Amino acid sequence: MNKHLKVLVNGVIKENPIFVLLLGMCPTLATTSSAINGMSMGLATMFVLICSNAVISLLKNVIPDMVRIPAFIVVIATFVTIIEMMMNAYVPALADSLGIFIPLIVVNCIVLGRAESFASKNSVLSSIFDGVGIGVGFTLALTLLGVSRELLGTGKVFSQTLYPEQYGSLIFVLAPGAFIVLGYLISLFNLLLRKQETN
Amino acid sequence: MAKLQSSFRNMFLSLSAICLTVAVLLSQVNKITARPIADARAMKLQNAIREVVPPFDNDPVAEAYLMPDGSGDSLLVYPAKSGDELVGFALNSYSDNGFSGTIRIMVGFDMEHKIVNYAVLQHAETPGLGSKMIEWFKDSTKPGQSVVGRDLSQGALSVTKDGGDVDAITASTITSRAFMEAVNRAYSAYSDSREDAYTGATASTEKDEQQPLTEGEVNNE
Repeated sequence: MNKHLKVLVNGVIKENPIFVLLLGMCPTLATTSSAINGMSMGLATMFVLICSNAVISLLKNVIPDMVRIPAFIVVIATFVTIIEMMMNAYVPALADSLGIFIPLIVVNCIVLGRAESFASKNSVLSSIFDGVGIGVGFTLALTLLGVSRELLGTGKVFSQTLYPEQYGSLIFVLAPGAFIVLGYLISLFNLLLRKQETN
Repeated sequence: MAKLQSSFRNMFLSLSAICLTVAVLLSQVNKITARPIADARAMKLQNAIREVVPPFDNDPVAEAYLMPDGSGDSLLVYPAKSGDELVGFALNSYSDNGFSGTIRIMVGFDMEHKIVNYAVLQHAETPGLGSKMIEWFKDSTKPGQSVVGRDLSQGALSVTKDGGDVDAITASTITSRAFMEAVNRAYSAYSDSREDAYTGATASTEKDEQQPLTEGEVNNE
């Protein structure tokens, strides 16, 4: 159990996909214009990550090495398609606002990266924990990014107004703001991580 | 169990088995979600129509037809009827001159050439600037920028910068112009629809325009 917990914490902190590994930048920068969008994108990716990690780990012995990448992609694409159909059916407003980025989870390098570097070498249970860990890390990072951008840009957090909109700086909602906020969050995260290590 | 060797036979069987399983799984999920997805789309369209025309009791989606918009394209027209009487038209209009991508709006007119309301169906304008059009042009506290209640038989709408009398969205003149274009396009199709409804001209000449639409065309967004 201790081992699984370590895998989980590892995904959230030491190998945080956004702040440390810097993987999956495209959806990260594009969908975090508001807290709710960032969080839903994170959760959708987490779902795909957990399912694909579990299935790939389960199938690792029946997938010959030379065709492993296409096999992984088919498995990942399946889960992405399932979640896309589910979102269209039950939360159409959210599906509209995330748009093309849901299908693009297929090519998110975090998902394939974890399949290749973790799930294809480890047991089903620890692969699931790895999926949860990386997924939570990804979701937290995206939510944090979305909250910061929404707050600085429009004065709201999860659509709750904290200060009047005209004092916000629109640039944070636009593309350049994504880079700026991400840069500061990464440095902050690394600062905290280093402090932790020296203690 | 040892890992399978990368022989041609193993690779072929493994990939085929995976694809086959996935296909079966996806077809099952599709079976479950196809209905809710169609319902959600229809609901969205229904709500947009309900929002932009006076109260009606017919099914505008089922009675929709195409009407030329005066610039070489056709718009979907949803007639709203209360009893047997026409109370307004909702038109699915668009503009390709937005700041980013196509803007698609549903505009509703009553029978006196006046705009009842509008709803933005699809856009990719800048968040915080152009995206304000969702509310901007129907703010009843600011008559200078609201298009609700405007009578388009007095002439096409345009923003103040172009000599019109609608206040454009601050810092989003391009989006505002595109919005006006979409409204004017809708009006052009509206006035023809209205005339047809009153004169009954549809009976002969434009019969072929009024063929019932297929499901795909009705839900086309």
